[in-house]
Amino acid sequence: MTTTTGATTRTGAFGAARTRVEGREKVTGAARYAGDIPLPDLAHGWMVLSTVALGRISSVETEAVLAMPGVLAVLHHENAPRVNLDYMGTIGRPDPILGVFQNDRVPFMGWPVALVVAERPEQAREAAEALVVRYDQEQHDSAFFGGHPDMYTPADSPFGPAEATKGDVEAELSASTFVVDAEYTTPEEHHNPMEPHAATAHWDGGRLEVLDSNQGSTMVAAELAQIFSLDPASVRVRSEHVGGGFGSKTVRPHQVAAAMAATMLQRPVRVVMTRRQMFSTIGYRSPTAQRVRLGADASGRLRVLDHRSECVTSTVHEFIERGATMARVMYDAEAHHTSDRVVRLDVPTPTFMRAPGDAPGSFALECAFDELAEKTGIDPIALRVRNEPDRGPVSGLPFSSRNLVACYEEGSRRFGWADRDPRPGVRREGRWLLGTGMAAASFHSGAAPSTSAVTAEADGTFTVRINAADIGTGARTAITLVAADGLKVDPERVRVVIADSDLGPAWLAGGSMGTRSWAWAVAIAVDELRGRLALGGDIPPEGITARSDTTEAIGALASKERHSFGAQFAEVAVDITSGEVRVRRMLGIFAAGRIVNPLTARSQLIGGMTWGISMALHEEAIRDRASGGLVSPDLAGYHFAANADVPLIEADWVDDPDPDDPVGIKGIGEIGIVGAAAAVANAVWHATGVRHRNLPIRPDRVLSAGTKVAEPGHAG
Amino acid sequence: MKEFGYQRVLEVSEAIAVLGADPDARFLGGGTNLVDLMKTGVERPGRLVDIRELPLDHIEVTPDGGLHVGATVTNSDLAAHPEVRRRYPALTQAVLAGASGQLRNMATVGGNLLQRTRCGYFTDVAGPCNKRLPGSGCPAIEGEHHNHAIFSASEHCVATNPSDMGVALAAFDAVVHYETADGPGELPLADFYLPVGDTPHLETALPSGALITGVSLPPAPVAAHSRYRKVRERASYAFAIGSIAAALDVRDGVVQDVRLAFGAVAPRPWRALAAERALTGGPATAEAFAAAADAELAAAETLPHNGYKVPLMRNLVVAQLTELAEEAAR
Amino acid sequence: MAPSTSSVITLNINGEKYTLPVDHRTTLLDALREHLDLTGTKKGCDQGQCGACTVLLDGRRTVSCLQLAVAAEGREVTTIEGVAEGDQLHPVQQAFLDLDGYQCGYCTPGQICSALAVLEEHEAGWPSAVTADVSPEAGPPPLSPDEIRERMSGNLCRCGAYVSIVQAVARAAEVRATGAEEAVA
Repeated sequence: MTTTTGATTRTGAFGAARTRVEGREKVTGAARYAGDIPLPDLAHGWMVLSTVALGRISSVETEAVLAMPGVLAVLHHENAPRVNLDYMGTIGRPDPILGVFQNDRVPFMGWPVALVVAERPEQAREAAEALVVRYDQEQHDSAFFGGHPDMYTPADSPFGPAEATKGDVEAELSASTFVVDAEYTTPEEHHNPMEPHAATAHWDGGRLEVLDSNQGSTMVAAELAQIFSLDPASVRVRSEHVGGGFGSKTVRPHQVAAAMAATMLQRPVRVVMTRRQMFSTIGYRSPTAQRVRLGADASGRLRVLDHRSECVTSTVHEFIERGATMARVMYDAEAHHTSDRVVRLDVPTPTFMRAPGDAPGSFALECAFDELAEKTGIDPIALRVRNEPDRGPVSGLPFSSRNLVACYEEGSRRFGWADRDPRPGVRREGRWLLGTGMAAASFHSGAAPSTSAVTAEADGTFTVRINAADIGTGARTAITLVAADGLKVDPERVRVVIADSDLGPAWLAGGSMGTRSWAWAVAIAVDELRGRLALGGDIPPEGITARSDTTEAIGALASKERHSFGAQFAEVAVDITSGEVRVRRMLGIFAAGRIVNPLTARSQLIGGMTWGISMALHEEAIRDRASGGLVSPDLAGYHFAANADVPLIEADWVDDPDPDDPVGIKGIGEIGIVGAAAAVANAVWHATGVRHRNLPIRPDRVLSAGTKVAEPGHAG
Repeated sequence: MKEFGYQRVLEVSEAIAVLGADPDARFLGGGTNLVDLMKTGVERPGRLVDIRELPLDHIEVTPDGGLHVGATVTNSDLAAHPEVRRRYPALTQAVLAGASGQLRNMATVGGNLLQRTRCGYFTDVAGPCNKRLPGSGCPAIEGEHHNHAIFSASEHCVATNPSDMGVALAAFDAVVHYETADGPGELPLADFYLPVGDTPHLETALPSGALITGVSLPPAPVAAHSRYRKVRERASYAFAIGSIAAALDVRDGVVQDVRLAFGAVAPRPWRALAAERALTGGPATAEAFAAAADAELAAAETLPHNGYKVPLMRNLVVAQLTELAEEAAR
Repeated sequence: MAPSTSSVITLNINGEKYTLPVDHRTTLLDALREHLDLTGTKKGCDQGQCGACTVLLDGRRTVSCLQLAVAAEGREVTTIEGVAEGDQLHPVQQAFLDLDGYQCGYCTPGQICSALAVLEEHEAGWPSAVTADVSPEAGPPPLSPDEIRERMSGNLCRCGAYVSIVQAVARAAEVRATGAEEAVA
């Protein structure tokens, strides 16, 4: 089977680093994000969230609030327009949280119960805080733990089966020379893009217009049309600049609430979430409890790989944090078992967060591999190389490309791995113990149908139109470079228009599939346009436009194991007096398809690795058993790495163009975080001699666990 | 945030008069804590009296060789002042370990002394908290408390004082000066914070309506040999889980003078007097440092999840005093 | 008597005077964004916990979300919109652009305003929490990567652009030093 895109090799070299097309706007403050765009007659909506974790709303006392200065309306379950949630969205059925103010049920702490709209934001805020909502509270259960009695195996999803088995796990374990059987946990983690979710909705000439901050305006427009039962053509969503998303900026309650209020009041309404509100309304990464069992023969070859991951979802919607799926790609064994199980509790619904599944899954799997290396006495890289599969271990499908060993080799060389003394707890520098660790990374590489239009303008410039989203990935610049390369023109002559649902359907910035999907569509349109320009003749005033739609080409892709790969290396120092862990350096080498723009690609990979440091050492939302809510849901209580936590991180790549992609791209948005926390954790073991299987590796945990060092250290 | 009046005052007497006339009024300094708490609904003043332009923004060497620091001196100016850096380096280090460059530019010395706890239950107005809503209960005791107090807490509240600056001030016997309608007064820092008991909402011994005008530091030669070290869950821009201000004067291997104060372990900056007594006049050895730490920490009362603070503080005492002793020996 | 809860104030922003009525609850951040359409200053947390709203107040970096607008009257405010000289980017801005010291760009105005202040604070000899010897006799520490990291830690970046932010601040410091040398020469 071949794709319809024809030749897959392009001779034009990207190679050169290009600064961001919108860079000047970003460094001068001129870039307007969703909450920055002024509109005449704008009213401001402020969400009110439930203060109980389970129950029913018994009353919403609006009278006093409606009398407050500037207050225009209070939307709640008794007066809000009814909406439709019976549809299949871009990434599945809608989370019921989108049905804001539809009934009196409160399924978790922080559920939207009302929207107060006022002339000015401070009036809306005060009124929202003053609004008395009474509840008939019920006893909630919000405490997640591994082995919860209500844990169940979910149905298989489009993302794969919940459970996959081959061979006899127990028999192979009994026959193994070396066995690792370890349990790992990762905590509840939150996206926290720096820009809070914001949407401004208004009606303009019979169309619902939404100025939004999202990862895909096609998705948001289509789903808002469904939710409000509108003709899809009568909804327009734009999101020119987006202040980070990481999986959280899809369709969320604020867009629905803003559109409702704009409809009721017939004037523009903006809803901006507060940082605290984001902790219960935009999704998050489920905590996980994982068990990994590895059995190997005397040579280190796996006889068995068993990875079981458990996660939480809400009572109103099922989302599975698929921690066990990476094992299906990484390592083969005679007996292979992977499963993801879930328990429904009175908590918000989790969602996709940077490297969903693989970020927590790789922590357990890659730490377990390090433990196996310790047991077998085989170098962690050699052990992994020994277990490299030549086909998908569970699927049996060929890999589109798998250049993981090249990543190990290049990483090992640059990190200086060959000189590493494998013994733990033997390197000391004052009160610091030093260690190094590594881990492997993998993330699915995909593409999804998109449309684009490329126009040769009469003035000799080119305009690319595609409903892409640049959430900080550098997509706008990458698309410019892809188009310029195909057109064989200087990038200065290419103008890229994105982030507007009127541009036609395109995939979202998610799943590491955005730039790949968009570049594919643009490359096809560019090819066609070049063909038409080659015929000669003058360009008419309206220009010459070629359009593309990749639906057919992507549908025709052969079934293969398609993934990016990588090798992560970290050096840490652990303070034996305080338990503080500092990462001293990190290196990631990736086989992640063709790199379009080295400057922004490096930034994105380093950004993912920075997330790995945060995941390893900092991030943890603590849910209070008694209230069912989070303790300190803000950026002082929820830590992610500050500048001082991040050392010089280097990221680079080996040549790995995807042979089935017209541009050769695989996608790099998530691979940077995968394995990064495991590399740090493995380095902490190498430094201290003690395994830390529960993230984050906080000072108190390090101190309590102590050290196994070659010489006696300080107490603790 | 509810609506409030605002008044900028230029004289101390005016500030006290305006505050005294309105029981719903509060002083506004840098606002880094108060405005935040107003946003979360913990504080709901009806009037703010802006004291930032009072003539209290000077640092002066006192005739006895100590320092007087005005109440509206910013944290940044306090940390950068040459006499503070020279005479009380741990104070500079403590201030620099707190918050961020932006917040230190705003926050004042007086405000820092009055900052409220960062306990997550205190800032969540939807739930109970005896400090915020007396009698409503303390969910931290049964809930999340891995960064709560091991000294001097009570069954009603286990929150800590979050100040770094205060820890160094406690080590150096700072005295808080204030002004009331009835005249000036002063409180040693040791007496400034009230015992928690069953009144965790009452935090300081300042008389009602008083304005902090400054803090004085008596001369202390030992302070020139001082250090502040802060342990936290990320490398910067985070509150302490344990911190220490230490000063040591050693001659011929014998401790002549020593100051120790701990942060993030108690509802106030914790002066480690038992440890100081154990050390003074004795040998400057690691064993002695550890024994002194144990003497102090014997009084610790831990909760299920904050017990690590005992070995943490013990380690910090030993490590910091060892470093200071080694420096003295050089 | 209930006090008035709003005032007409004059703010001096980027060298221009703006007179506006404000509710006393209005922070400087909201005054800039909602009243004056100076939206370059961003709201990331509204609680002083992220630094996205950093502006310079009388030349010193400040989180504008905790600064009441009414209390900023009479002080000089510099926002990101006032950093460049017309079309000429400030060296700090240019370094962020050239070295990709950002990704989504949302924390960037705050990072840049903070970096401007870091250079001033360092030049004034201020030590930081990682300065080994804070005594005035020790002199100002070199602006090493560790010094930059600590000094820039009040500006969170979730995309994870710290590595290039540090490089951008270091380059801006070099440019500044070169400029100072040239000015002397």
